[in-house]
Amino acid sequence: MILPMRSITFNRPWATWALSSLLVLGTLGLMTGCTPSSPTDSEQKPATGDTKPAEGKTISVGIVFDSGGLGDKSFNDSAWRGIQKAETEFGIKVSKVESKEEKDYETNLAAMADDGNDLVIAVGLNQGKALEKVAPMYPDTKFAIVDGTVEAPNVRMLKFKEEEGSYLVGFLAGKMTKTAKVGFVGGQELDLIKKFEYGFAAGVKAANPQAELLPAKYIGSWDNIDEAKIAANVLFDSGADIVYHAAGRAGLGVIRAAKDRNLFAIGVDSDQDGEAPGNVLTSMIKNVDEAVYSTIKDMVDGKFEAGEKIYDVAQNGVGISELTHTRDKVGPDLLAEIMAVKQAIADGTTKVPATKAEFDAMK
Amino acid sequence: MDQILNLLASTSGISITTLLLSTLAYSSPLILCALGGLFSERSGVINIGLEGKMLAAACATAFVGAASQNPVVGLSAGIGIAILLSLLHWILTQVYQIDHIISGMGINALALGGTSLVSKTFVELGGKDAAIFPRELYYLAAWVAAAAIWYLFRSTRPGLRIFAVGNDPDKSRQMGLKPLGIRLQSLVMTGVLTGLAGALIATNAGRFSDEMTSGRGYIALAALILGGWKPWPTLLAALAFGFFGSLQLILQGRDLGGLAVPGEFWQALPYLITLIALAGMLGRNRAPAGLGQP
Repeated sequence: MILPMRSITFNRPWATWALSSLLVLGTLGLMTGCTPSSPTDSEQKPATGDTKPAEGKTISVGIVFDSGGLGDKSFNDSAWRGIQKAETEFGIKVSKVESKEEKDYETNLAAMADDGNDLVIAVGLNQGKALEKVAPMYPDTKFAIVDGTVEAPNVRMLKFKEEEGSYLVGFLAGKMTKTAKVGFVGGQELDLIKKFEYGFAAGVKAANPQAELLPAKYIGSWDNIDEAKIAANVLFDSGADIVYHAAGRAGLGVIRAAKDRNLFAIGVDSDQDGEAPGNVLTSMIKNVDEAVYSTIKDMVDGKFEAGEKIYDVAQNGVGISELTHTRDKVGPDLLAEIMAVKQAIADGTTKVPATKAEFDAMK
Repeated sequence: MDQILNLLASTSGISITTLLLSTLAYSSPLILCALGGLFSERSGVINIGLEGKMLAAACATAFVGAASQNPVVGLSAGIGIAILLSLLHWILTQVYQIDHIISGMGINALALGGTSLVSKTFVELGGKDAAIFPRELYYLAAWVAAAAIWYLFRSTRPGLRIFAVGNDPDKSRQMGLKPLGIRLQSLVMTGVLTGLAGALIATNAGRFSDEMTSGRGYIALAALILGGWKPWPTLLAALAFGFFGSLQLILQGRDLGGLAVPGEFWQALPYLITLIALAGMLGRNRAPAGLGQP
């Protein structure tokens, strides 16, 4: 750690101690869980009798979380569930590391490969640039990235058709809206989040041609709950009675706004229906755990292939939540209709737009 | 301005009330935090650790408020932790005379790491709603604080002392003032106000979420500088930021007479205006002359 030493006055010897301990404390705090493959983080479980690891060797898997980290109740947690499932089933060796900042990705990915992991999983599209640099340096290591695009012979890209899941929740919103107006709050304005927006818009239109999706609001971050809440309130004030969010942790603000007004929010990524029971109509679920699990399974079976791997409604990669708290309000007829729409998307009869151009072309 | 407001009313049914309420929601944490910074900087202590204090206060308010189910206990914990971090800043910068910027950065790092550790340790508690006070109380507190500070620095003895210590610590020492003690009091007040700001942020969300202050401590610092280290102009600067922040959320994605405005422009708007205003004010606003001096 380099410090501008001249700016520190050393007229008291304790100054150095106080400063050092403060910085060490801060760094320690930042590093909780950030130590790649320290003994406490690596858990080894003996292979259970009925599963045999390929070539009689224990596969070791490293996972690098993005800045959302464990406990985000979203795709990082979901990826971890997939790892845990694979761990109990195949007896793989697992090590994990969290990244606080974008600059940590490269170091963490390289450290995981250096440790001799057979498969390194990068969670989140923000790790794409780092993986582009790291993957060619470790040609014998297999990598997988969730949401990102990295073209390399040893990288598998786990991608989701978020627009299909969004279409489903949009269809439900279109049927449930009483004001014929619904809204959308996004985090950063990325192509990835546009897939949520236009899939949702198409679903709303399909359910109710009179219903309107108000202009989408992007808050430009993933953590500012207040701003997401203000954006949702603006949409509610404009007449919307259901607002869908794809704003990561900030999306809690949308759910809060819906709860305050006793209207509906729609959750994203994980099942958020319980965040405000009765005020979260449903959640668009992205089964990152399934994608991670099946990638490890392929690895164990020796069937790992690089390239793009798409998870859609047909493969249960994306979908709609169980509607635990809103089932009664929705009713069995509409639930059956949603299942029919799901089937139509799965067998390809219903095409779902992922971009503005595709959405506009549908009209 | 009229045109914009008319446009709002005509295109969306968005009322002026929405804009005002959004502006209040947006700016109140900024006002409280900036006024907290005012105490510190007026007494001569540079404080870039506002973000960290606010984040720690949000975390404590949410977790203690959820555990105790008592809003008084939750808020006290939030204010308490912010005061503790303020005292740490005082000890480091005044007693051990460490560079103020470095100490502030250390506090931000400590708060960032510490709060994320807490939220990962108490996952179950983190999913529970905290007991909270209505946010309108905080909105009111922000304005009352500005008025009180204005009165304090205008016509009371403690205010003048803080002012003197911040302007010229050496001279004030010769006049028999004790900068160490006066700065201690000032920093406690910084803790109280940044604690309120953090508690408000936790109140809005009902629980804690990592990095939920999302850099607003730095925006508050910008408002403080823009406001020339004076209470009302500082409040006004924070209010303006909140106004443009709300306005951009209302106008974003709307058809403005066939003009396609990219969303990124709207999101950058409040920052852009702050930046331009800051550049215009630079040189005209006088910082406390003794800022950063021992």
